[in-house]
Amino acid sequence: METDTRYSAGTADSRSAKTGADAIVPHMKILVIEDDLEAAAYMTKAFREAGIVVDHASDGESGLFMGTENSYDVMVIDRMLPRRDGLSVISELRKRGVNAPVLILSALGQVDDRVTGLRAGGDDYLPKPYAFSELLARVEVLGRRKGTPEQDMVYRVGDLELDRLSHEVKRAGKEVLLQPREFRLLEYLMKNAGQVVTRTMLLENVWDYHFDPQTNVIDVHVSRLRSKIEKDFEKPLLKTIRGAGYMIKDEG
Amino acid sequence: MLARARLMFRSTAVRLSALYILLFALCAAFLVIYVTAMSERLLAQQTRQSLQEEVQEIQRAYERGGVSLLLRMMERRARQPGANLYVIAGPNGEMLAGNVAAVQPGVLDEQGWTDIPFTYEPYTEVDRRGRHLATANVIRLDNGLRLLVGRDLGDPSRFRGIVRRALMVALAIMGVGALVIWFGIGRNALKRIDRMSAASQKIMAGDLSQRLPVGKSGDEFDRLSDSLNAMLGRIEKLNEGLRQVSDNIAHDLKTPLTRLRNKAADALGEDRADVRRAALEGIIAESDQLIRTFNALLMISRVEAGSIAAEMSDVDLSAISADSAELYEPAAEEAGLSLTTELEPGLVVTGNRELIGQAIFNLLDNAIKYASEGSQTPKIGVKLARSDGTLRLSVCDNGPGIPANKRGEVTKRFFRLDESRSKPGTGLGLSLVEAVMELHGGSLEFSATDETNAAAPGLTVTMVFPVPKP
Repeated sequence: METDTRYSAGTADSRSAKTGADAIVPHMKILVIEDDLEAAAYMTKAFREAGIVVDHASDGESGLFMGTENSYDVMVIDRMLPRRDGLSVISELRKRGVNAPVLILSALGQVDDRVTGLRAGGDDYLPKPYAFSELLARVEVLGRRKGTPEQDMVYRVGDLELDRLSHEVKRAGKEVLLQPREFRLLEYLMKNAGQVVTRTMLLENVWDYHFDPQTNVIDVHVSRLRSKIEKDFEKPLLKTIRGAGYMIKDEG
Repeated sequence: MLARARLMFRSTAVRLSALYILLFALCAAFLVIYVTAMSERLLAQQTRQSLQEEVQEIQRAYERGGVSLLLRMMERRARQPGANLYVIAGPNGEMLAGNVAAVQPGVLDEQGWTDIPFTYEPYTEVDRRGRHLATANVIRLDNGLRLLVGRDLGDPSRFRGIVRRALMVALAIMGVGALVIWFGIGRNALKRIDRMSAASQKIMAGDLSQRLPVGKSGDEFDRLSDSLNAMLGRIEKLNEGLRQVSDNIAHDLKTPLTRLRNKAADALGEDRADVRRAALEGIIAESDQLIRTFNALLMISRVEAGSIAAEMSDVDLSAISADSAELYEPAAEEAGLSLTTELEPGLVVTGNRELIGQAIFNLLDNAIKYASEGSQTPKIGVKLARSDGTLRLSVCDNGPGIPANKRGEVTKRFFRLDESRSKPGTGLGLSLVEAVMELHGGSLEFSATDETNAAAPGLTVTMVFPVPKP
């Protein structure tokens, strides 16, 4: 199993810089609105090492200004901000026609934080404390979202083919039989081909539960899926990214 | 004394009674004025009646004996003590005879009853220019003469004086009465409130076991004390829980933090890149576990505080149970155990799908972890059934189970049966499940799956949901 050094450490390790150069999403530009300067500095450094261009604003008003004036692929917005609350920044951005995907960071102690955040116009939500690898994976998926046409009826990765209409999966032209849940798992992985998806993201998007799975339940599903699509083939497609999650990718 | 009086004036009882007094005074004033007006009217009616009789008599005398008899009669009557007013005037209003020096101009021009009392000047007071009020009937005789018969109404200010005095007396009596009651109520209430304040002062000083005094009468004050006491009980319990939790957190996080620190120190002193890398990866794994623990702790307190924050809707318990079984089936199989389900379809509760889902996942995590310990053929099961107005969702295993005397403790934060803590886990799973059940107005039950099997009685954890009212 290959590992991707960018994720294994999830830190500002200098070695990760070179993999950042061939980042999956080249020149993605994001805005981080976070008032905790230490957290922001860490985030900025780590994002840059992953090949992402980062602008930082430390309060709601300047974040709103930067978000309106410049064009970003993704915005990471803390909920509690000085001068203007995070949710209000998001709804104001939306009102001004800024459609860039927004990821909300929150340390608020409420069960339905996620729901209120998404209602205000956010696209994804991550409660604090979080692992940076989780944040990075989500930001990359959000940044890629507009490039992945939802209307694509067939997803292809290497010689693996998934037909969303007929629910048929073929590898090198040979049909692979999957359970309905395995199909959705593969569908989500292939939709985000070349990107890391975390276990939490899988639980969210395939099972529709929003929390951090504590045990290996997701891993077992993935390894079952892997054995079905890779059993008779030499080339592995579905990789485990240590400390982060999974990625489906044709190494070519 | 003055300070006490000032304090008393600030008390609610006193302010309330002041308001009552004001209301009473207004009512009393209204009553007095009304009664006065009524008796004035009655008096006027009687006056008119007697005047009417007199006018008729005089008219009859005039018809019988002409002006001369009329004059004689009037003269005779005028001389009597306390006599009425009599005036005979010419056709143009010039006064010809009578016992009055002058009347208010214009009175003699109108026929019939005077609408409002008019002033006149009796002979006896011409020099003093006294003015008296009177009411009268004016008639015209057929020869053009005008005849006024009236009655003095007395000094107008005298009557008003009487009314004013009556009012004053009534108000004074009310005031004194109110003051007495006021003092009684205010003092009593003040004393009881003082006692409550004293108790609260002690509570504020940190003695949460203090309770407010409750009397025997069961009045508003007692009921207030009762509910405040109930509140204090809840606060004390929460506070106790909080203290225990922070103790536990301090204790249970110290170990992983120490481990973390040691690993960091090792990594720092290590020259070989691969060993160093392994140490760093260990640090990350350790930190992730810590983050997980914190998230679980946060989650529990969110749920416990969450009755206001959590969105409740109709959720299909059968579907969640099926989802969970489906999610855990591969993990169970990998752990070498079988998972069976027995789910009654279509059972719905009012709740939060996410939280219920997470609770079931936690139970399944535990079941998988412990089932493989007890039995040669480990198995776990998920059951959902309706029973006695409740919905019972059970997760069972055939592992070693929990001794009956420990079942009360397992939902405590960081409680773990396995003292050595060799099994992975945060010790928070069941705490969350219990919090979720409390949020849903349900309860959590623990029992042995198979009592007869002493070696591996197993554990069945049942989430008991109330059935939503239709």
